[in-house]
Amino acid sequence: MKSLALILLASLPLAAGVDDSFLLRGVTVHTVSGQDIPNGSILVRDGKIIGVGAKLSAPKGIRIIEGKSMHVYPGMIDSGSEVGMIEIDSVKETTDLAELGDFNPQLRTLVAVNPSSEHIPVTRANGITAVMNLPRGGMISGQGSLMHLDGWTWEEMEILRSGAMHINFPVLTPPPSRSGDSRNVPFAEAKKDYEAKLRTLHEFFEQCRRYQKAKAAALPGFQTDLKYEAMLPVLERKLPALITAVRERTVHDAVEFAAQEHIRIILADVREPGKMLPDLKAKGIPVVLGKTLELPLNDDDPYDAPSSLPAQFYQAGVKFAFASFSASFSRNLPYQAANAVAFGLPYTEALKAVTLNAAEIWGVGDKMGSIDEGKWADLMITDGDPLEAKTQIKHLFIKGKPVDLENRHRQLYEKYLNRP
Amino acid sequence: MNRSRTGLAAAILLAIPVLAAGPIVIQNATILTITKGTFKGSVLMRDGKIVEVGEKILVPADAKVIDASGQYLMPGIIDCHSHAAADSINESSVSVSSMVAIEDVLNPEDIAIYRAVAGGVTTANILHGSANSIGGKCSVIKMRWGKSAGEMIFKDAKPGIKFALGENPKRRGNIAAPNGAVPLRYPATRMGVEDVIREAFTEAQRYHSQWKAYAAQVAKGESPLPPRRDLKLEPLMEVLEGKRLVHAHCYRADEILMLLRVAEEFHFRIKTLQHVLEGYKVAKEIQQHGAGASTFSDWWAYKVEAFDATPYNAAIMVRKGVLVSINSDSDELMRHLNTEAAKTQKYGGLTDDEALSLITINPAKQLDIDKKVGSIEAGKDADLALFDKHPLSNFAKVQKVFIDGEIYFDRDADLAARPEREATKKTLLERQKQQRKQSPARKPL
Repeated sequence: MKSLALILLASLPLAAGVDDSFLLRGVTVHTVSGQDIPNGSILVRDGKIIGVGAKLSAPKGIRIIEGKSMHVYPGMIDSGSEVGMIEIDSVKETTDLAELGDFNPQLRTLVAVNPSSEHIPVTRANGITAVMNLPRGGMISGQGSLMHLDGWTWEEMEILRSGAMHINFPVLTPPPSRSGDSRNVPFAEAKKDYEAKLRTLHEFFEQCRRYQKAKAAALPGFQTDLKYEAMLPVLERKLPALITAVRERTVHDAVEFAAQEHIRIILADVREPGKMLPDLKAKGIPVVLGKTLELPLNDDDPYDAPSSLPAQFYQAGVKFAFASFSASFSRNLPYQAANAVAFGLPYTEALKAVTLNAAEIWGVGDKMGSIDEGKWADLMITDGDPLEAKTQIKHLFIKGKPVDLENRHRQLYEKYLNRP
Repeated sequence: MNRSRTGLAAAILLAIPVLAAGPIVIQNATILTITKGTFKGSVLMRDGKIVEVGEKILVPADAKVIDASGQYLMPGIIDCHSHAAADSINESSVSVSSMVAIEDVLNPEDIAIYRAVAGGVTTANILHGSANSIGGKCSVIKMRWGKSAGEMIFKDAKPGIKFALGENPKRRGNIAAPNGAVPLRYPATRMGVEDVIREAFTEAQRYHSQWKAYAAQVAKGESPLPPRRDLKLEPLMEVLEGKRLVHAHCYRADEILMLLRVAEEFHFRIKTLQHVLEGYKVAKEIQQHGAGASTFSDWWAYKVEAFDATPYNAAIMVRKGVLVSINSDSDELMRHLNTEAAKTQKYGGLTDDEALSLITINPAKQLDIDKKVGSIEAGKDADLALFDKHPLSNFAKVQKVFIDGEIYFDRDADLAARPEREATKKTLLERQKQQRKQSPARKPL
C-alpha cells in the first residue's frame, strides 16, 4: 500500500503534469452501453479505459482516486454545435460560421475554432466533452469537425477533422416566420425556385463525379480543384452528408436525393418527420435532433410537439442524437434530452442520445460515447443525474486528463459574491 | 403574426371546454405553498379563490374531487417579462413613447397564451419593447385563454411602464435606414439615454405642478381652466405619484446605477430592473434603492452588453437581499420557467423554496399583486399548477392548470381532443380549398 498515492477527488490536482493513468474507485459507473455498476471502478492508462468493473485491483504504482458516492458518466457529445466559432452573436467580427457562396465543401470548421473562446470552459463545465461543430451558410456549408473541448490548439482538440459534409437542403415552403412579416410567395413561384435550387445541387454533384472520373483516369490537363476534391469522400461514401431537413417534404426529397446520388446521409434538425419515419428506419438513416425546448413549428401543432418528437423517433426505431445548434446554449444539451423523457422517451435512450448514439452516428463509437474498455477516458463525475439542472458536475476528464471546471461565469460569481 | 393561421388555431383549441367553477378539492398532492412550507395535503377552491389549504380538510358535498396522488401542486407561475398576446411590441419612432399602451393591442387569440398555460403560467407582465429610453405602458394579464382581451386584464394590478437602457434604445441613434429613409434618432449613447429620461421627467414635474396648482385652486372653490392634457406626460406623472410601476430593461452595471440615481433625483422608485444581467455587480445599490430584479436564468453572449452575464446572477442578487425573479421574455422559455428556476440550484445553490419563489411570490411582489397571487394561501386567487413530478425536475410536466378556480389546461383533455382537432382542421382546410376553387385568386396586397 505504501506505493499507492491516495488522492481524494476533492483535492484532485489540476495542474499540468498530472499523468493520464489512474484507478477511479468507489463510484457508481453509468456505462451507458450496459448495466450501471454500483461501487464500481474504472482503470485508465494513457488516457484510455483499460478496465471497468465492480472489483478491479490496482496495478502497482498507479494513482488511486477515491470517488465515494459520486456518479461517473461518459462525457456528453453535442452533435451540432458552434462552440468556439461564435463569441458574441451580434458582433460580426466574432463569428466565423457562414461563408459567402452556395457551394463551399472545401471549408473546414476546425481551423476557425478559437481554443481560447470563453464558450469552451462554460460548456464543458456542464459535462460536455466533445462537440460536432458545423458551419452554416449556403447550400453546401462545409465540413463539420468533431472536437474535444480541451486543448491548447485546435489540433489538440481534433477528433475528426472532417466528420460530415453539411448540406442545407433547399426548402420549398420555409417554416412560418414569427416576426410578423408575411412571405406569401405564390406556390408556383416557390416551386420553380425550389426546383432550380435542387437542379443546381444535382449539377454540382454531377460536376464532382466528372472530376472524380477525370482524376481517376489521370486525364491530360487535369487540375486539382479544392471544392471537387473535398466532395470525393462524400461520393465514395466515406464521409456522410449531414443534411438539414426540417419538414416532411424536405426530408422526403433529401432521402430521395441521397438515393439518386448514392451518398450516405445523416439528417439534421428534422422537426416534422410525418410519414417518413418508417423510411428512415428502413434505410438506416440516423438523425441529429435539435432542441426539444422549442416552439412548435405551426400555431395549430400540439403544444408539446417538439418535446414528444424524440419519443416518436425512438418508437420508429430511428437512431438519433441531440444537438444544440448553438454556442451559448450548448451547455443545456442534457436538459433538451431530459425534456424528451418528460414526454415519453425512455431515460436510457435520452442518455444515449447525448453520448453513445452520437459517437456511433459520427463513426467513433469505438473511441468514445460509453464507459468501456478501449475507449478514451472522457468522463464526468457528478453528484447525481446529469440530466437534472440541480446536479453539479464535480470533475471532468478528457482523454484521462483532469479538465479545469473554472470558467468566466464562475469567476464572475466568486468575484462579485465577495464584493464588500 | 399570420392572422389567419392564429385564427384557425384558436378556433380549434377553443373547443376545449373550460370547466364550470364549482368548488374543487385537489387531494393527496404534495403542496408547495412557497410561503407556508411544503406538505402532503389538499386545497379547496371556491368562487375563484383558495378557501382552505391543509393536510386534512373537509370535502364539501358539492365539491368536485381531484385525486393528485404522487403529484405536485404549486402556485400558478408568474412571468414578469413577456410579450405574449401583444400584437405589436415597439413604437420606435420616438425616444419617449409613454403615450402608447399594450392594453390596446392585446390579442386574446395568440397561441402563446395557451402554450404558456400549458407550462403552468397563470399571470404575465406584458411589456412594451425596448426601442425607447421611455417606452409604452404595460399590462398585467391572467392567461385566461378563450376569454376576450378585456377579460384577460389582471384587475387591480397597478399599471406599469417600460423603460430601456443601453444598446437597444441607442440603436436608432447609430444605424440609419438605407437612403436616409428613416433619420437617426436621439439618443446614440448611454449619456443620451440618461438625458432623455431626465428631460422627460423634468417636463413631467412641470406638468405635475400645473395639475397640483389646478387642484389647489379647485379646492379653494375657484373655477380655473384645467391644464391641457398631455398623453405622453400623464403616465410619467403617475410614476412620480407612485401610481405606475417602472419596469426598466437594462444590462450594464453603469446604466443600472445611472437609472437608480435618476429615479432618486426625481423622487420615485424603480419597481423592477428587467434582464439586469450585470445586476450582480451592483446588487448592493439595487437593494438599497429597493428595486426588484427580473432576469434570465442563463442567457448570455448574444450581444456585447450580455457578455458579462453569469447564470449565478440571480443567486448573487438573492444572497445580497434583492427581490429577484426569473422571467422569459420569450414565448418559448415562458413554457418552462420552472426548470429555468431550477438552474439557480446548479448556479448558486438556491433552496427549493428560494428557486420556486423566483417564479411565484417574488414576481407577484414585483408587480404588487402578491396579496392576490404568488403562493398557495387561503384567500388568494385559485391560480394553481399541478405537475406530475417536482416542478424543479427537468422530467416534470404540467398536468392541470387552474386560474380563478377554473381549469384552463388539462393534459388529458388536450390529448383526448387531438383527433377531433385534427378532423376539424381537415374540414376547415377542405372548405378553404373549395372556396378558393369557387372564387378567383386574390392578388396579394
